[in-house]
Amino acid sequence: MLEWRRRREPSRSMLYLSPLIAVVLTMALGTLVFTLMGYDGIRAVHDIFLTPFLEPQRWPDLGVKAAPLIMIALGLAIGFRANVWNIGAEGQYIMGAIAGTGVALLTYEMSGWWILPAMALAGVLGGMAWAAVPALLRVRLQVSEILTSLMLTYVAVQALYYLVRGPWKDPDGFNFPQTRMFTADQTLPVMLEGSLVHLGIPLALLAAALAWLVLEKTVAGYGVKVVGLAPAAARHGGFSADAVTWASLLAGGGLAGLAGLFEAAGPFGQLTPQFPTNYGFTAIIVAFLGRLHPLGIVFGGVILAATYVGGEVAQTTVKLPQAATGMFQALLLFVLLATDVLVKYRIVRRERSA
Amino acid sequence: MSPPRLALSRISKSFPGVKANEDVSLSVRAGEIHALLGENGAGKSTLVKIIYGVQQADEGSIAWDGEPVAIASPKAARRLGIGMVFQHFSLFDAMTVIENIALGLDEAVDREGLKRQVAAILESYSLPLDPEREVHTLSVGERQRVEIVRCLLQKPRLLIMDEPTSVLMPQEVERLFQTLRQIASQGCSILYISHKLHEIKTLCEAATILRGGRVVASCDPRLESTTHMAELMIGAELRRVERRPAQSAGAVRLEVDGLSLPGDPPFGTDLAAISFEARAGEILGIAGVAGNGQSELLTALSGERPVTRDGAILLDGRPIGGLGAGARRSLGLACVPEERNGHAAVPDFTLAENSVLTARHRVPLAPLGFISAGDVARFTDAVIKRFDVRTTGPSAPARALSGGNLQKFIMGREIGQEPGVLVVSQPSWGVDAGAAASIRQELVDLAAKGSAVVVISQDLDELLELADRLCVLNEGRLSPPRPVASLGIDEIGLMMGGVHGEAPPAGAGNHA
Repeated sequence: MLEWRRRREPSRSMLYLSPLIAVVLTMALGTLVFTLMGYDGIRAVHDIFLTPFLEPQRWPDLGVKAAPLIMIALGLAIGFRANVWNIGAEGQYIMGAIAGTGVALLTYEMSGWWILPAMALAGVLGGMAWAAVPALLRVRLQVSEILTSLMLTYVAVQALYYLVRGPWKDPDGFNFPQTRMFTADQTLPVMLEGSLVHLGIPLALLAAALAWLVLEKTVAGYGVKVVGLAPAAARHGGFSADAVTWASLLAGGGLAGLAGLFEAAGPFGQLTPQFPTNYGFTAIIVAFLGRLHPLGIVFGGVILAATYVGGEVAQTTVKLPQAATGMFQALLLFVLLATDVLVKYRIVRRERSA
Repeated sequence: MSPPRLALSRISKSFPGVKANEDVSLSVRAGEIHALLGENGAGKSTLVKIIYGVQQADEGSIAWDGEPVAIASPKAARRLGIGMVFQHFSLFDAMTVIENIALGLDEAVDREGLKRQVAAILESYSLPLDPEREVHTLSVGERQRVEIVRCLLQKPRLLIMDEPTSVLMPQEVERLFQTLRQIASQGCSILYISHKLHEIKTLCEAATILRGGRVVASCDPRLESTTHMAELMIGAELRRVERRPAQSAGAVRLEVDGLSLPGDPPFGTDLAAISFEARAGEILGIAGVAGNGQSELLTALSGERPVTRDGAILLDGRPIGGLGAGARRSLGLACVPEERNGHAAVPDFTLAENSVLTARHRVPLAPLGFISAGDVARFTDAVIKRFDVRTTGPSAPARALSGGNLQKFIMGREIGQEPGVLVVSQPSWGVDAGAAASIRQELVDLAAKGSAVVVISQDLDELLELADRLCVLNEGRLSPPRPVASLGIDEIGLMMGGVHGEAPPAGAGNHA
């Protein structure tokens, strides 16, 4: 008879190695699955996982995709450490973009250096406002933030559709459902000539460094961890679970909102119905792949960005469907969780008692 | 002469880095009450786990009624007729008492029959316990009763009792002893593990003393002095708690004035207009059996549960009822709850991280909100040294420490902050004699420096040793304090038990 038994002390090195093992296992399983489906499995996995790293011309794109993932995942990780399960970063990401776009449309005929910071601020506040709803409901009425944050995502999507098809539709846009293009003062400066590499990338890395500092070195970050690990001990130590719930949801919402604004004011340059790209959901995988640790999240963000970039490569080279990228990401999360279970537990054969 | 019921011969067991048992031999005769004595970490738990089939010995053999046996699992142990009441409970919080008991049985039984059996046991051993309550609402004491009942249901031939009396009232202890003697007289052997040497003297006919995994002595405890046994156990002369001469009471440091609070839902005890004061230099003892409002009182004092009336609690004359736990600590009120894991400490954190949990308000561990790893390590190291915490250092995870060592660390963390008022619940629960003595000494010394100390405990010996004045918390009401010098142990027992008035369990009295 097989039995799960909790390890006395999970191996420290395995704790950090398991995300790498999960990546390797995902590559192996992906090869198998795509081969069974009749594709060139080895080529598919090679294109999805390795091509983005091996071909330098893909690196800018990798950075552009990794930046929002990292930024959102950092915010989520704060909450996940405290057992606050914000599943609705996608909605906060959209709301941040909407709020920032609102500022852009208001300042359409103005110019000045202050416009972009104002948009960024609006983006942060938009994301925070969207995350404040689940925070309020959880703290006041003990409503699960998992449900409310997730459901609000769909509200945000509908709000986006309404705005780009209604009041915010570009008057000179031939009736296409999209807003005006942002002006130069409303667009993130391009950092690398001829690419989409924008200011959001260094800012994502800066955010990771700041998150690391706060989570690992401050009493506030300590409080987040205690509330998640031992709520009674947290109360005993004078930490308020409600305050941590608020702080982590607002931080998550604010970072997601900022990422959304960067995406709108960077690669998109306007709002369109195609704006939601599931970064908010993919960032959940990034957070776990990064062990909820800011530096790990940078690593996780790059890996998941590769699946986006590589997924597009594989669409042209081996004719993989677009959904393959999502399947790959899901497979990665699945394998990661499985390896995590084995890090914490071991399987023993229990002898039947005589 | 018939062979012994249980004979261990040259048992050895090693864990990575530790020899838990080395060459241990002991034998328990049929119907004998045999004491197993030793400090925390002496190897008692490992030895008992080997007997109960939880772990396997590396070397040595076990004979049961003279026949060599291999005890592969607890189930095999139970089949032989070995029952065990563990010190750490294995109960499911979300289930009722009766469901927990049913789950622990090897054979399926019908619910009604089990209810009748349990009611009969509860009544014959006079254990107050409602079989329909959910375990998460039970106090530590009540949880242990569930374990005892679960074990007695199996009609064992060898009963292992791991510190069974630590949560019982004196009257109940005496009743339990009568019961154990009754069980023993019917031929069942009892292996009795306890730190309370006078209990062993009254109850046990034989004793095996372990130290560092080895047997250091076997004796008849009725003929040995408790001091000598304690010294054999810790391998050094026992430190006595030195009482300072009785002082004239100082200024009132902590005043509780008409504190009323609903109990923890859904079955907690309401606090009913609790009033007392603790003065500088004194130790106030609050006796009573767990589940009578002890945890509610502690969390109300610590600031973990909101108190609506600001003036219900005064610290050095200042109303603090409305302040949170952190603010109260800053002002000098420190509290230690009885539950170590997950309440007083975070098991997954290192000791250094656990220092930050409560010491950061009074010790500059985190200037400007940034935790200073160096200061934390120094503070933690000082606590470890001063309180003789056996551990590898400040970076050891709290879960790696034995219960007694973790308690020493927690007590040291609080006392090391030099609080003006220290409220502590069960300061030496599950702590060996040597460590308990040093914890008590530190409490006495803290009071001597002008702090007020409030000790909430079920251990009357401890309270009589420590407290200047004593009151009893019973069903959420606090009796007026009385000077300890004027009280006898029987009188306190009556104070605790006499007004307790718990109804006998449902269905009692119907059994044959």
